[in-house]
Amino acid sequence: MLASEPFFRWSYVAGNWHQIGSDLVQHIELTLIAIGIGLLVSLPLSLVAWRFRLFRPPVFGIASALYIIPSLALFAILGPITGYVASYTTAEFALVGYTLLILIWNTVAGLNAVPDDARQAARALGYSPGAALVKVDFPLALPYVFAGLRVATSTVIGLVTVTALIGLGGLGQLITYGFNAQYYTPIIVGLVLSVVLAAIADLLLVLIERLTLPWARSERQDRGAS
Amino acid sequence: MHFIESVFHWFTTSANWTGPNGILQLFYNQAKLSIAVVIGALVIGGGLGVVLGHTGRGGLVAVNAANAFRAVPTLALLTLLAIQPNISLTWDGFLASWIALLILAIPPILTNTYIGMRNVDRDVRDAAKAMGLSGGQVLARVEAPLALPFIMAGVRTASIEVVATSTLAAYVSYSDLGTFVISGLNGQDNVEAFGGAILVAVLAAIVAVGLGLLQRWLTPLPMRQAWMRQGLVGNVSL
Repeated sequence: MLASEPFFRWSYVAGNWHQIGSDLVQHIELTLIAIGIGLLVSLPLSLVAWRFRLFRPPVFGIASALYIIPSLALFAILGPITGYVASYTTAEFALVGYTLLILIWNTVAGLNAVPDDARQAARALGYSPGAALVKVDFPLALPYVFAGLRVATSTVIGLVTVTALIGLGGLGQLITYGFNAQYYTPIIVGLVLSVVLAAIADLLLVLIERLTLPWARSERQDRGAS
Repeated sequence: MHFIESVFHWFTTSANWTGPNGILQLFYNQAKLSIAVVIGALVIGGGLGVVLGHTGRGGLVAVNAANAFRAVPTLALLTLLAIQPNISLTWDGFLASWIALLILAIPPILTNTYIGMRNVDRDVRDAAKAMGLSGGQVLARVEAPLALPFIMAGVRTASIEVVATSTLAAYVSYSDLGTFVISGLNGQDNVEAFGGAILVAVLAAIVAVGLGLLQRWLTPLPMRQAWMRQGLVGNVSL
């Protein structure tokens, strides 16, 4: 079958530069949208779930369900409503759904880890509970939010490839093309670029965290399990 | 409403349940693959985590390497192995999928086992040594039982990922419940895709909830109370 096919052909990379570039751009686009919407949805939900215990079961329940349902299954379940082929809505629903549990979990854990002293000091300074939440608790929880953001980002970058099965996929398109053509090189290009992209994104997040949260550098600790 | 009726009809047609491409056989295939992957990952990742955690050497390197694997797209591993002529057809595609999923399942188990082992209180370890236990006995009777809840958390995380990703194995070479979804999406048989997706989702939910209960049962009450004091019931580790 493929016995003579070399593992990697540089000529493929040289000849398909534009295709690889546009797949990479789509990959970044799908990732940024997913992480952006994931943050917009998860942060208020985390604050609500943390402040009002009543909301914890539904928030964690729905986020867990979206985390647990395989994305391939979500594509087929959402398809009748949002469309099957190359639908950004379908793809992003699955990607965002996957980030929510990671982000909410870390944000709530961060809020729980805020020292009582800080909270009491805020009250003594006359902060209302709402103002303390926004100005004291939340900033102190940010290192945890960043930890969640890092996990969510590298996970989403890997997961975006799966959306190739509904005609999107970013670098995943190189993978499905390589599979259909029985051709190693595009698959390896897709794999390596995904890993490199995740490493760069992680580095950027660490950098942003250091610049925005200079006080957190020495406090960063193991989150327990990963 | 027509669509929902068609899905209902799909589930109640007995021909869809039996035979070599029926729900029961494909469910069995998926369970077989997933269980074989998790056992392999437990032996390799758990074993490595226990040894590294016990000796305390080289652990951080292993944990960081394991984390780097998170970004490797499993679809790429699956397809690479599935077009590898030497293994693509072995055991009807089982071997290629098993190896690809194994690479996915080892990191969470390795990381959690290592952290669980390092998390054992130094005093407890010293007390066990002072009582005359040998290194192996400390490992087997003290460290491993105390690390068990963490190991179980890793097994649960890995299992959820494995079940989800084993549906992708249907794209390359292996027949399981993902086959309904993939062939449904490809052939524009939306009813079959939807029906298969429901089955996959239910299987994933059963695995997640079942292993969650097992993890709870294996976690000593004081440890669970400490976790609950942190405000989070249970321990959904990611």
